[in-house]
Amino acid sequence: MRQRRVRLRVNPITCEGHGLCAELLPEWVRLDDWGYPIVNADPVPPELVEHARRAVAACPTLALLLRLE
Amino acid sequence: MAPSGPPVGLPRLLRSGSRSDAPLRLSAHVERLGPPPLGGDVRRGPREALIRAVDAGGLRGRGGSGFPMARKLRAVADGARRPVVVANGTEGEPASTKDKLLLQSAPHLVLDGVMLAAEAVGARRAIVCVEQAARRAVLSMEAAVDERRATRLDPIEIELAAAPSGYVVGEESALVRWLNGGPPKPTFVPPRPFEKGVGGRPTLVQNVETLAHLALLARYGPDWFREIGTPGHAGSALVTVSGAVSRPGVYEIAPGTPIAEMITACGGAPDDARAILVGGYAGRWLDLDHHLQLGLSDDQLGQVGASLGAGVVVVLPRSGCGLAETTRIARYLAGESSGQCGPCVNGLEAIAAGLDQLHRGQSGAGTAATLRRWAGDVAGRGACHHPDGAARLVASALEVFSDDIDWHRRHGRCLVDAGGPRPATSHAGRSG
Ligand SMILES: Cc1cc2nc3c(=O)[nH]c(=O)nc-3n(C[C@H](O)[C@H](O)[C@H](O)COP(=O)(O)O)c2cc1C
Ligand code: SF4
Ligand code: SF4
Repeated sequence: MRQRRVRLRVNPITCEGHGLCAELLPEWVRLDDWGYPIVNADPVPPELVEHARRAVAACPTLALLLRLE
Repeated sequence: MAPSGPPVGLPRLLRSGSRSDAPLRLSAHVERLGPPPLGGDVRRGPREALIRAVDAGGLRGRGGSGFPMARKLRAVADGARRPVVVANGTEGEPASTKDKLLLQSAPHLVLDGVMLAAEAVGARRAIVCVEQAARRAVLSMEAAVDERRATRLDPIEIELAAAPSGYVVGEESALVRWLNGGPPKPTFVPPRPFEKGVGGRPTLVQNVETLAHLALLARYGPDWFREIGTPGHAGSALVTVSGAVSRPGVYEIAPGTPIAEMITACGGAPDDARAILVGGYAGRWLDLDHHLQLGLSDDQLGQVGASLGAGVVVVLPRSGCGLAETTRIARYLAGESSGQCGPCVNGLEAIAAGLDQLHRGQSGAGTAATLRRWAGDVAGRGACHHPDGAARLVASALEVFSDDIDWHRRHGRCLVDAGGPRPATSHAGRSG
């Protein structure tokens, strides 16, 4: 069975730009000049999924989301 | 008296002659076009014949996105609950007045479209949103709704909602949030309004011009509808022209009309025009040294990354300054942010400030490159498409006015502001 792909998304309304996600997942998230996360829109590679989950859990405003597709 | 058959040529939505902006009352409207081909009920589920006609006619949204109407009708009709229809007549775009004119002059054409859309998707609620400040449009619609109620023309009641002013109010999720009792600010999607909108129901949000086209397409069929326009941009289009023309205003055009012809028709001189802003404040600058003969249709404009959008054309004269104009618009767009998303709030403000430096000739060597990067960074990063539009505008200005940027920097100021002449370089290489 093919594994379902996951993508990271930010809810820009609830995101407060703490930047925690960029610290925890620098491979996939960088910050813009104002401190808000720019998330790679490609499917998260399998070896990063666990890290991505941890970053999602760590976001203080629950703004970081993992979308299954 | 029987109507005299399908309208031939233009205009379709508007009327020509004096008093053409006065409201056409119900009796005159029906005399002109016949009654709307309503089924008289709002059965659950899609009304296939009508949706197929819309699909064959190729009718696309006139509120800016150009999305095929038939696809949205199907999605909404197939939803889990009875849908709601929302007619979007808020028209927050400052360079556009076509929706206000349409609501004011042809209220029943819009309302026919609202009822046909309600039948097409099986909606039992239909709400028409008009900007409260647009007094003449509001009065015309109020009178029209009263007339229809008195004659029991429609299968369901039409509700009117007087919306607050603002650029982002007309974004569909903001409109739905406001109709649900919240502030008129966009929401994070999904769920999109077509899935979960007014009262949690699947909601069809359609621009009022789109609905007016539906009223005619349903009467005369897809082949008639396609007699005007291009394969990818079927039907006539309302365009608001302003700037360096002697007769600014709303024009109903055949998509594909060359830019030069449009400017001439509005009393402008194509050779004296430097560039046009097409689509709206969230649109694109087009250099007229190269694009004077380009057709105003989504297929032709699409070839250069532009679209007719909400039907806006602003003509910049050779004597004007594109950087000044872009700075003014970027400031406006930054000020209209709903203030919810970091990249939009901070990015649009920073971009406007950077543009202001370019315009005043006070920029550094890297300012334009930074602005280009910021435009790329804010696009797609808001809950709604507001930053995308601002990014498009700015990226196109940096491209079209690149000579001007150097020139402003060299002089340390804007010579157009100071009443001086333009540099010869910007006249060079015009191909007409
Ligand atoms: C910032 C922003 C402002 C908008 N303002 C309007 C508006 O004033 N009127 C409108 O019809 N659509 C507006 N739209 C587009 C709507 O979200 C929606 O796509 C449209 O009403 C759908 O109708 P249509 O498919 O018939 O064009 C706006 C979109 C954005 C991103
Ligand atoms: S951790 Fe959460 S709130 Fe902080 S920047 Fe990332 S998404 Fe935004
Ligand atoms: S992107 Fe801007 S306008 Fe859109 S919801 Fe976010 S802050 Fe508001």
